[in-house]
Amino acid sequence: MKITLNNSEVSMAGESFSVRELLALMKFTFPMIVVKINSRLVRKEDYERVFVGDGDNVEAIHLISGG
Amino acid sequence: MKSKLQKLKGTCVGIAGCGGLGSNCAMALARAGVGRLVIADFDVVSAENLDRQYYFLDQVGQKKVLALQDNLRRVNPAIEVETHDLRLGPDEVQRIFKDCRVIVEAFDHADMKLMIIETASEHFPDKFIVAGSGLAGYGNNNDLRTRRLGNLFICGDETSEVSEELPPLAPRVAAVAALQANQVLEIVMDDLEPASGEDVWDE
Repeated sequence: MKITLNNSEVSMAGESFSVRELLALMKFTFPMIVVKINSRLVRKEDYERVFVGDGDNVEAIHLISGG
Repeated sequence: MKSKLQKLKGTCVGIAGCGGLGSNCAMALARAGVGRLVIADFDVVSAENLDRQYYFLDQVGQKKVLALQDNLRRVNPAIEVETHDLRLGPDEVQRIFKDCRVIVEAFDHADMKLMIIETASEHFPDKFIVAGSGLAGYGNNNDLRTRRLGNLFICGDETSEVSEELPPLAPRVAAVAALQANQVLEIVMDDLEPASGEDVWDE
């Protein structure tokens, strides 16, 4: 499948991945991340039950402690 | 230009957290001429805070929201400041920031940053959130940037985490706070429209 991740096209082997799986594959390592799929925010508690598929537009940004 | 400055005067901005990001961002907005700020924090000014937060030695021990209110009024006596001395959770965010056009996320901990982003995405589809992420250490000026995701702007380098070797230091903290304040000005003065179709995944 092909998705857009942070404005770049990414090809992946597989039909769909949970948000949790996608973040691990894409090496998002910090615990807190803002994730939007097609402009809809995915709550952290929903990472296992929301799936990303072909053509989806995914935006993911780390939230880093410090302020 | 006058009418754009008038827009600032008529705008209410929320500041969620009055530490390094919040105190510096609020002062920049007061100097620029924002008419009304709603500021919230539960903490008290400590001597250690003075390395990067916009407070003074004689304010140690004071509630941060009251000390910041004093400092804001010393710069701009016309500014309206609403203070909330409390710990913010989803209910408090919905209650105290309901009249704000923009909310500046200025928390320390990443889980709080996510809390306010999730709360605002669900309950405030017409408001903008301007968050900070990644400001520890020194140098690397050009890693600081702003990215937009719908109604959410994120300022910082998105990578540098505070640690013993990488403390939060005044210049970089203030730089990110200034990026946040500058983004608020653009939203207000250029009348940015909230993105449509933004919501929370809910099957």
